[in-house]
Amino acid sequence: MYQPVNTQAANLVNYLLHLGDNALILSQRNSEWCGHGPVLEQDIAITNISLDLIGQARSFYQYAASLEGGDATEDSLAYLRGERTYLNCLMNELPNGDWGQTIMRQFFFSVYQQLLYNALLQSRDETVAAIAEKSLKEVTYHVRWSSEWVIRLGDGTDESHARMEKALNMLWSYTGEFFMPAGYETAAVAEGIGADVAALQQRWMEQVAAVLQEATLPVPVAGKTWMQSGGKEGKHSEHLGFLLAEMQYLQRAYPGATW
Amino acid sequence: MNIRLTKYYYGDIPEENTGGGAGTVTVKDVAGWPLWEVFIRSKQGLDHKHVGSLQAADAQMAIENARDVYTRRSEGISIWVVESKHIHASNPDDAGAFYEPANDKVYRHPTFYDLPEELKHM
Repeated sequence: MYQPVNTQAANLVNYLLHLGDNALILSQRNSEWCGHGPVLEQDIAITNISLDLIGQARSFYQYAASLEGGDATEDSLAYLRGERTYLNCLMNELPNGDWGQTIMRQFFFSVYQQLLYNALLQSRDETVAAIAEKSLKEVTYHVRWSSEWVIRLGDGTDESHARMEKALNMLWSYTGEFFMPAGYETAAVAEGIGADVAALQQRWMEQVAAVLQEATLPVPVAGKTWMQSGGKEGKHSEHLGFLLAEMQYLQRAYPGATW
Repeated sequence: MNIRLTKYYYGDIPEENTGGGAGTVTVKDVAGWPLWEVFIRSKQGLDHKHVGSLQAADAQMAIENARDVYTRRSEGISIWVVESKHIHASNPDDAGAFYEPANDKVYRHPTFYDLPEELKHM
């Protein structure tokens, strides 16, 4: 039922899966905070973001399933694919670490997502543009919320500053993948459907640097760090398999189970 | 590693088990953040209504927390927050002196006028 990665015919489907997977996998990670947030209000905030991201993933999966036809559904795309056919960026599947690491990742990703969806407003594919438009309002809040927390913790106590700096160092080498286009992204750009991610990097860097400076955190020099990649092509870290095992368990054990 | 969890309900913690050694252990606010009262306006033209309270480090965080806690189901279009310590309340002990004298003064209600039929919304 699922097309292999990078076949010509499946470019748009892969592109949609990539967008959906980024949202779903980060959503699944953030949802692990449910009941464990540092305070009640932030527990609700991070799980709200999870729900926003699930909503976005559903939109992309529904569209992908309609293009794929057959018996593909949003659920089959989420629950019945293995990790080699998941096309999310590596950063999104990393374990949460502490609250600081979760915040830093959300910040990096949300700034990227905001630039990406803004670019997708110009997509020739009306459905893609519509999903981007609807999601932008949510993402704008995610950027605001996560920036606020990066600043608050970076410019906070010695302990919070040290943790944010550690998170920054730990996550930085995963930021480069956002801007390295996979084959299906390049193809989607050529058709006027997708966004040119490489072109977003400059603005992402500026926006991130401004917040890091305000947070009194060191701003990494662009181009100086070796960057991780592979997630967009289905080559994942060891963490994704465990994440999927938990997320997909019920549908794998009881196929077709419903509420 | 064994972790023993004991669940206590309000009021049934045995005296000798309260506190940890010398002195009293107070249940501190989470992270030591102050409490804020939240007021939400559900639509234009209506008043802000008190909806609850939450904890936050400052006003901006209080507003964002209120957005996440109290407006998730489209409850509002405007949020006010005020730190709880700035709210002064009447003392329940004063209730008699404050409110009961009004009970036998029906003439203070504007119900002794005959209103013209065409007058609406009074």
